[in-house]
Amino acid sequence: MSYAQLIGDWQALVVLFVAGVVPNQIWRMLGLWFGGGIDEGSELLVWVRAVATAILAGVIAQIVVQPPGALASVPDALRYGAVGAGLVVFLLTRRSIFAGVVTGEVFMLVGKWWLG
Amino acid sequence: MALPPLDSPQWQSPLRAFGWGLRSVTQTILTLVLFATYLGIGALAHDTHFSLLWALCSTLFVWAGPAQIILITTLGSGATIIQSAIAVTVSAIRLFPMVVSVLPLMRTPTTRRRELFFAAHLTAVTLWVECHRFLPQVPRERRIAFVNGLGFGLVSVCLTANTVGYFLAANLTQTLGAAILMLTPLSFLFSTARNSREAADVVALTLGVLLYPLAAKMNSGLDILVSGLVAGTIAYGVHWWREVRA
Repeated sequence: MSYAQLIGDWQALVVLFVAGVVPNQIWRMLGLWFGGGIDEGSELLVWVRAVATAILAGVIAQIVVQPPGALASVPDALRYGAVGAGLVVFLLTRRSIFAGVVTGEVFMLVGKWWLG
Repeated sequence: MALPPLDSPQWQSPLRAFGWGLRSVTQTILTLVLFATYLGIGALAHDTHFSLLWALCSTLFVWAGPAQIILITTLGSGATIIQSAIAVTVSAIRLFPMVVSVLPLMRTPTTRRRELFFAAHLTAVTLWVECHRFLPQVPRERRIAFVNGLGFGLVSVCLTANTVGYFLAANLTQTLGAAILMLTPLSFLFSTARNSREAADVVALTLGVLLYPLAAKMNSGLDILVSGLVAGTIAYGVHWWREVRA
């Protein structure tokens, strides 16, 4: 592994700061400064939480639907099948995260091996 | 490992409380989930051509898995800095209610705001969940030190996972590399589903997954934002409707 791969260039770190660090710290610091006066159960915060959850769901879908890097070598049906199988086991095991993740992974690996 | 009783001399120094927080990292299954997620983030950073230093800095200074993944995937798929920043900003709004609800658990009448700075920075979904679980067993005047220790431990676990994931992605066969990348969507999906208690949460999660492929067809660069706003607002509508009927 090369120096460039480990350290990278400073422009990328500037992008990280502008698009990653600032957008997150704004909300945390606002919470720290103004948090006292806000009702946790307010309707606005219910909506905010719902949108934030749906955005996270979109991220999950994006990785599965438009897979990055090595994941793109796995056929569509296997990726969707892995999520589906994991979900079924997750629900059957009364919401065990561990069982769901392991099932999804095993499904994908066995499928890949099966298809050759 | 059980935490000492509230009146134990074990709690006398803040340093000891920090130590108990650090050790509590071993007491939660969420540490394993975080490890898997950050293994995936390290691999993702490698496969989208970010440097290891970049990945470690993002974990240290952003400290929010979903935001880090949005950042890596949007930038990696050719979005502009502004588009990525908007998507990350919106995804990070959820940190606001988390900080608002978690800080009162550790505040005392004499606590200064700057003493809570690290606790606010460390707040993300895992710490938020664990604070509600652990803090009732910690004397109030030692809670900030305890949370700093817990957060420090979790960050260390994730930095290690990033590094391991990065090198695994560089050296593993394609199939095993794919398996590591797959850890991220699986662990996020199930840990979010596990935290969904109200109908609105379930609707937001389900619709958010289903609407994304439709929004992606528009190719606006803001796909995640569009599907998230629509799905989240519908979920809020469901919540509102149930409240009205009740």
